[in-house]
Formats: sequence, structure tokens, C-alpha cells
Amino acid sequence: MIRGGEARANPRPVLSVRNLSKRFPGVLANDSIDIDIRPGEVHALLGENGAGKSTLVKCIYGFYQRDAGELILDGKPVDIRSPHDARARGIGMVFQNLTLVPALSVVENIALFLPGLPAVPDLRLIARELESLGERYSLTLDPWALVQDLSIGQQQKAELLKLLLAHCRLLILDEPTRVLAPHEIQGLFQVLQRLVADGLAVILITHKLNEVLECADRITVLRQGRVAGQVSRAEATEDGLVRLMFDKGLAIPSARRRVGAGRTEQPILELRQACTRAEGSQTSLEQINLAIYPGEIIGVAGVSGNGQRELGELILGSVPCTQGTKHLFGREVTRQSIGGVRRAGVGYVPENPMAMAVIPYLTVLENMAITRTSRYARWGGLAMDWRMAERETEQARQGLGYRFASFLPARSLSGGNLQRMVIARELSHDPRLIIASYPTRGLDVQSTQAARQALLQARDQGAGVLLISEDLEELFAYSDRLVVMRAGRIVGEYPTDEADLYQVGHLMTGSQTAYVERT
Amino acid sequence: MWTAILRTALRYAAMAMLAFLLFGFILLISGKDPIQSYRDIFVSTLGSAYGFSEVIVAMTPLLLTALAVALPSRLGLINVGGEGQLYMGACLATWAALTFGALPPWLVLPIMVVLGMLGGAVWAWIPGQLRARGIVNETITTLLLNAVAPMIVSFFIFGYWHSPMDTNKTSIFSSSARLPTLFHTRVDLSLFLGLALLGLFWFIMRYTRWGLEMRAIGGNPQAARLNGIPTRGYVVVVMCLAGAVAGLAGMAQVSGYYGVLLANFSRGLGYMGFLISWLAGGSPLGIVVTSFVVAIILTGGNLLQLTRDLPYSMINILLAMTLFVVLARPSLSRRRKAT
Repeated sequence: MIRGGEARANPRPVLSVRNLSKRFPGVLANDSIDIDIRPGEVHALLGENGAGKSTLVKCIYGFYQRDAGELILDGKPVDIRSPHDARARGIGMVFQNLTLVPALSVVENIALFLPGLPAVPDLRLIARELESLGERYSLTLDPWALVQDLSIGQQQKAELLKLLLAHCRLLILDEPTRVLAPHEIQGLFQVLQRLVADGLAVILITHKLNEVLECADRITVLRQGRVAGQVSRAEATEDGLVRLMFDKGLAIPSARRRVGAGRTEQPILELRQACTRAEGSQTSLEQINLAIYPGEIIGVAGVSGNGQRELGELILGSVPCTQGTKHLFGREVTRQSIGGVRRAGVGYVPENPMAMAVIPYLTVLENMAITRTSRYARWGGLAMDWRMAERETEQARQGLGYRFASFLPARSLSGGNLQRMVIARELSHDPRLIIASYPTRGLDVQSTQAARQALLQARDQGAGVLLISEDLEELFAYSDRLVVMRAGRIVGEYPTDEADLYQVGHLMTGSQTAYVERT
Repeated sequence: MWTAILRTALRYAAMAMLAFLLFGFILLISGKDPIQSYRDIFVSTLGSAYGFSEVIVAMTPLLLTALAVALPSRLGLINVGGEGQLYMGACLATWAALTFGALPPWLVLPIMVVLGMLGGAVWAWIPGQLRARGIVNETITTLLLNAVAPMIVSFFIFGYWHSPMDTNKTSIFSSSARLPTLFHTRVDLSLFLGLALLGLFWFIMRYTRWGLEMRAIGGNPQAARLNGIPTRGYVVVVMCLAGAVAGLAGMAQVSGYYGVLLANFSRGLGYMGFLISWLAGGSPLGIVVTSFVVAIILTGGNLLQLTRDLPYSMINILLAMTLFVVLARPSLSRRRKAT
């Protein structure tokens, strides 16, 4: 553990978090967290996805109720029960998804948020205040512009102004840089410097190391719901932070590797210069070159939202390929439908089974049959052979040692059971390519082992597996090759045995870019 | 299971009673004797063989237009365009009747059925395509096209097809272009077409591969798509099928009920089908029962107009009240998918 910056004489913290714990069903999201936020500092919360950063700030903001521990504001213990409470006490938060009303102007949006707004608000007065605040912090913005005409960066400025006008003293920014272009990020950091120079406190959530090193005064690293370490900027180094973020004392179970297995054969899947266009909150993929050979597991590492999900959807065909080509078993399938790709032998375990894999109102058995309706159809589709579907479901279940009922509606299954059902469905019928996104999320230890074993078994039988995960331990243990994704590109590719955990961590967080050409 | 059915029936009966009670007040306010009026309604409809047959006649097109709403609702599609599809079906069927009227009935009637269904299908294909390509929501397009279809029908009637005597209707169809009627009443063959199609609908949804895939799309479109079900294709095909059913209703109206194509012949049969499908929760048996009840109210309303000197629009008040009472009972409609 690296500790630092605590010996100095410090001003009284704006907010002290003591022993805060928050438990969600099946996971301890925050475990006895202690943090002090001082006035005049940008305090960065750093950690992998699922490390507990968002949960922590949502507890502070009153969005979640903490299970244990206390919040001390200006030296007094307080009870923050709702975001409303938090704002009344001068705590404001900018969410990842901005919360402005597109059809209203900036000033109207901000007026909506102000406490004690009179029945007939004087918008011009508010607009003048906005402009003066904007000049002070270089947050210039036309108060009368409609929000729908603003760029995301400008909208973020509006959100900041909103909090400043409401006299917030502690600003929480949840991954503000995710939606910004590089020059906008620079601008944001300058704004933050001016804010803290005025004595405000800022909590900045991010998992990009270079940003932290650039603008944070102190850095708290969270790992698996605990504080892994706290360092001041002067003492922080990239290596130290990466170690704090990822060091798990990895005991890597030895799964038999197949380096370069089957390289002489035809690849199962080949993407050449494949690009996609982002829609909504997606990430666009750029120039993806990837080949998956029979009998290997390719692990995809990356911070979520950097294009891993889109990669899976591109292969499945649910996101269209705008440039480049996609070959499956040597056949070009760039424009093939999802049904066609699946029938060619592709299984897909999506990251959110309830939304993306399962029809809640149908029974488990119907859900099991739904990817292969033509297989179970009789009389040209006039009838379904449910007995055969049941038999094969039973086989798939026994193969994995899973138990779940067949005749219940899928919505009555727990998350773990749904995940088991989807894994059983997608791994049955000997798929030749399996795309597995976070396949073990929400599973207990035993089911996790069974799912991983099933993936290894499929690999040993000659299938290719694309394993998308944020669990680096899992990736290092089970994949034969690793690719690292960031911002929609593949930024690194290694045989797993030659990969270095810290180097992968660096690539994921963008602190050291190395575009690796595939050979 | 039987107790459940009984309970449901009782609740529906109670709701109907409530609606009738409310409507009774309105009758009282307008100075009519509600009890006498209700007696008129029921005696005139269920009290005689003739009255009963008239109810069946009124029910027949409703079965089809309700099915035209119920089928796409299983995919989560909202087809408000039954009215327009019905007009287009009637339009093409009339062309066939006027062109091939001299042929024997076993030849001309199938042609009319096919063309009627084709007319409705084409009219629903447009919204289906637009929806499948993600351009416009089908609710809006079907609703807007409803205003267009009667204009097209009027264009052909006033421009080309009107009989020498009239301007707003065609000549009466030749007897071979008329759907055969049954038992010396005005009930025609389309009743059995409607019932058969409802049975087929039930069978397809319950037992077939396509029914399973459609239920999957209705239950979770994203998951269905990712599981390889061609959702776009289904959207277009199902919209066309629904349009074809509504077009068949139009064909049956001109060929069976009227025997002639009138401009603006349908007084909201398509919309009534939407209402019925919604009330019945899209279930085939529910559609039959609800259509029957609505048909009683409609035919009884016609009679009230004559005997009690009530405006016909009063009947719409009764229908609207029925809808309100049903809507105010969320516990009954929770399990049903909104249409």
C-alpha cells in the first residue's frame, strides 16, 4: 500500500466519510471506506469498473442509503437521505448521463433546479448571474441557447453552472471526461483548477490515469469496494496507481494454453479493417483487425464502454459494419443477418441477459428453443417438437451441472439462474464460435467454474471463443491471446503468457498508447 | 380453473352493469325512461330470431377488424389503420365485382376475396415498411392513412364507378359478386371466415414456430433480434396480414352487407375493431364475446333512435362509458398486453 499526504497540516475537511459500507444483494459494493475531502482540492476517485466508485458517491449524494458508517460535513455528522438533502447542504453532482431538458433553454433548465424559485422567476436576472459566474470560471455559455442545440461539452458546462448557481461547495463529477473531446478535457481541467482555487472541493471519478495525474490534488484508489490506497499528486506515479488498481495478488490457475494453436488452419472469424458508426451511447469501432482461430480463447480487456460490447455485436451482426469486411469460416458475412450468423454456429452470451437474451414472459423452455426455432419446428413450422427441446435442454443443463426449472416464465428466475440458462443455451449444440460478454457476472463460485470449464471444453473441441471481461484475473487465466481495447480500437495484442498485467492496465487506461500492428 | 373463469365473467358482468347504470342516468337526464329503453334494446336484439340475426350481422365485420388489431399487437405493433385498410380492400374488391361480374360466383368471389385482402395488405405494407426501417412509428402512419383511403374510394366512385342514377355509389353488384347469405337472413358467409381466421390466429400463436417467434418479439424485441429472429421481416409481414384481414372485412361489407360500394360506407368499423381488440386483450375468444356485446349495443342503438327518438350518438356515450369502466379496473387488464 502506498500512503501519503496525511502527515501534512490540513485544513478541516469539507466532508469526511467514515467507515462507510454499502451492500447490494450478493456484493459488498463499499466496504468500510474512509475518505476526507478538503476544500480547495480536486480529489480523484480511481478504480476499475465495479470497484465501488459510483456507489460511494451516490451514497454521499443521497441517491443510495448507506448501510453503515457516517458522513461528517463541516465537522458535524449529517444524515443525507436524498439528493434533495444533499443539495440543501451544498453537495452537487454531475451525472454521466446529463439531466437537462433538451427543449428548454440553458437558463430555464438552471432556473428549474434553483431552490426557492419564485412563482414568476426573473430569467434575465438568472441569466446575468450565469454570465458573471461564467466569466469568473471561464464557463462561457449563451444562457438563452436551447439545450438541444448544445454539444455534450457545453451541456456539461451548463450542469456545472447549475450547481455553482445553487451554491454547491462540493461538486461530484462522475466520469465527466468520458463524453468529452481531448481539447474539451483540457478546458474542463482548467475550470476545475479555478473552482478549487476559490475554495470549492471537487470529487472527480475516472479511470484514466493520465487525467488523474494531470489534474487531481489527491487520489484515492478503490479496489473491490475498499480503499486500496491514497496518494497525493506529488507522490503518485503511473506504476504505483496501476499497481493499486489491479494488484490482486493474482494466483493464476493454470489453464492449458494453446499458443498459436491452429494458426495454419483457416480462421473461424476474421475482421479486416472493420468499422462501425456509433448510435446513441455506443462507441464506434475503428479499423478492427482480428482473427480468431479454432481452439483458442481470445480475451478482450478494456474499461467498459470502450467498444468491447460493440465488437461482440459487430461479429453477431446487430451493429452494421460500415467499412471493412467480416469473414466467418472463410465466407464473407459482412452483410449477413443475425439469424444467418447464428445458424452458421455462433453462440452469444450478452452482458445483460434479462434485456438482451431472454423474453421474460415466455417459459424457460420456450426461451431455450427460441434461438433454434427451425430445429424444433415440425410440419414446416405448424407445430413445435417440445419434447425434443426439453430433452436437449436437459442435456445442456446436465452438461454444466446447472439446475433451473423448465416451465416457469423466465422473468421469475433470479439473475444468476437467468445467466445459467443463457450460458446453457448458447453453449449447447456445439457452437463453433462463442462470443461471451461478462459470462460469469452474477454467478456464484461454482457456476462460474462450470461456465469457464464449459468455455475451455468448447475450445478444446475446436471452437473459437471471444471472452469479453473486465476481470483481468479471468482474462489472464483463461485466454490464449489477449487484445486490449480502448476508444473503439484494438490498442494491443499479446499471447497471454507474454502479456504483462501492468502493461495491459496501462493500455486499458490509456496512460501509454502502443498501437500494435497485427502480424 | 372454472372458478377463475366464473370470477372473470362475474366481474365483466358487474362492469357492464355499472356502465348501463351510468348510461341510465344520462337517459334520465334527457327525459327518457331508462328501463323501457333497455328493454327495447334487449327485446329488439336478443328477443327474436330476426333481432338476433341482425346482431350477428353487425358483429361480423367487427370480428375481422378486431383481428386486424390483435395480430400486430402481439408484436407490440399498434395498428390504428383498420379503417383505411378496410376501405382499400372494399375498393379493390369492388373493381373486381364491376369487372368480372359476369363470371360465375365460384370464380368471381375468390377473386374479390384475394383482391380485397391485397388492397388492405398494400395499405398496411406502407406503415410496416416505414416502421421496419425505423423511419416512422406505425401508429402515426396507420392513423394518417385512414384519412387517405376514403378519398381514394370516393375518387373512383365519383369519377368512374358511379351508377347512372347516383353519384355517390356504384351500381348494385351482380348476384354472382354477392357473398351468399345464410338461413334467409342477412348473415353472410364472412361470419364463418371471421370465426375461422380467429381460430387460425389462436392456433398459430399457441402452437406454431411463427407464434413462438412473434411472442418473443412482442415480449422483448431486442432479445428476439439478438437471438436471430428476423424482426423486421415479421413487422412487415404481420402488418400486411393484418391489413389483409381488414381488407377482407371491407370486401365482405360491400359484397355481403351492402351489395354496392357507397362513398364513406364505414362508420368507424376499423376504430371499433381497435376498441374491441383492446377490451378483449387481443384474445380470440374475448374478441368474439366483446364483438357480440358491442354489436348488441350498436343494433339496439339503431332501434332506440327509431322508437325512442334518441340521437344515435347517445350510443357512443354508452360505448365510451363501457370503455371507461373497463379501464378503471386495472386488476383485470394487468396481465393483458395493451394493444
